[in-house]
Amino acid sequence: MAELDTSGGGHKKKGPGVKKGKKLSTRVDLTPMVDLGFLLITFFIFTTTMSQPTAMKLILPDDKVNPEDQNKAKESGVLTIIMGADNHIYYYEGQLKVDASGNNFKSASYNGENSIRDVIMKKKADVRSRATDPTNPEKDLVVVIKPSEECTYQNVIDILDEMAINVVKKYALVDIGKDEATLVSISDKSAQPPTSN
Amino acid sequence: MGRAKLPRKSTVIDMTAMCDVAFLLLSFFILTTKFKPAEAIAVTTPSSVAAKVAPTKDFVLVTITKDGKVFLTIDDEQKRELVANSLNASRNLGINVPAFKKAGFIGSSFAGMNSFLALPEEARVGDKLPGIPCKDSTNNELTVWMQVLNEAYAGGKMDLLLKGDNLAKYPAFKSVMQAFKNNEIQKFLMITNPENAPTGSDLWKKSMSGEKQEN
Repeated sequence: MAELDTSGGGHKKKGPGVKKGKKLSTRVDLTPMVDLGFLLITFFIFTTTMSQPTAMKLILPDDKVNPEDQNKAKESGVLTIIMGADNHIYYYEGQLKVDASGNNFKSASYNGENSIRDVIMKKKADVRSRATDPTNPEKDLVVVIKPSEECTYQNVIDILDEMAINVVKKYALVDIGKDEATLVSISDKSAQPPTSN
Repeated sequence: MGRAKLPRKSTVIDMTAMCDVAFLLLSFFILTTKFKPAEAIAVTTPSSVAAKVAPTKDFVLVTITKDGKVFLTIDDEQKRELVANSLNASRNLGINVPAFKKAGFIGSSFAGMNSFLALPEEARVGDKLPGIPCKDSTNNELTVWMQVLNEAYAGGKMDLLLKGDNLAKYPAFKSVMQAFKNNEIQKFLMITNPENAPTGSDLWKKSMSGEKQEN
């Protein structure tokens, strides 16, 4: 059986040679403990607020609306953005024109040089300069977003985000047309890595 | 001349009270923190400037993984039961309702629902599951799910969330939107990581001038 060692704290009289144990203070320096406590608090505060995801609202149009009731957009105010494979992005203003008389199908990038943001901002300034209604100068601006089959979810969100960043009031997510799709797939294949175009 | 001796004061402060406060705060934060549940479906969301915080309660979440599989999460347990019962009634699926109630997410076709529910919790990992079939426009099962959910949430508000992976291809996203549209759900939220508006952009100017961001 275990025996408790009682020699230390007992009240037995000690021999003449034995020194009386010095009474130690029971006070402990709590400073490091406080430090640790606050360190943990800061850690928890930071980790809790950092991982809060945000949500982006998207309102889809009603497909069942009669085509004649749909609002028509002025050609001069329309900017069409097409997202292709491998983060390629293309745009054209007004109607698509790819023939001998001219080509308005251009490519841009998501960021860096010749970014789509600059294109949108330029278009916006252009629409503003031609506006007839001073109360609502951006009335005619409509951005049509056409994601191709090959583009990613991130691309779509990036462009929708671009609409929020540039405060574009009217934009629409539209299915890509057949001739546009072929045009994009040809351009995707011939295009160099996205940084160089 | 004798100078008046100033009593020497100790510089040591009693830290006990401060220590108490620190640990009280600490325990408060620990107890109020809700840890992110281990995610069975790995998804990296894109970032956006949207400032609205995603709802964390009573939501219906549609997840698109990077290989285009679609999963459904219903937060509310009661609604889950309602959904299972109405599916059993309308499609005669024979879903095991208690197991369905316990399931964190749904990731299989109606036909494979029971074998999916029979899987142990650890085996329900996103990569190995087939996901809800919705690519085919003639057999878009997500449409049925949304329809049932619409009924379950009738009268109340349903927070519909969409969480897509960066690398998910657009057709998957499109078929999910189609399922929403088929049920006349025109509004939904997409989960993103927060990001600041780029300096110099119109939104940045707006927020600098103190206008509240609408979204």
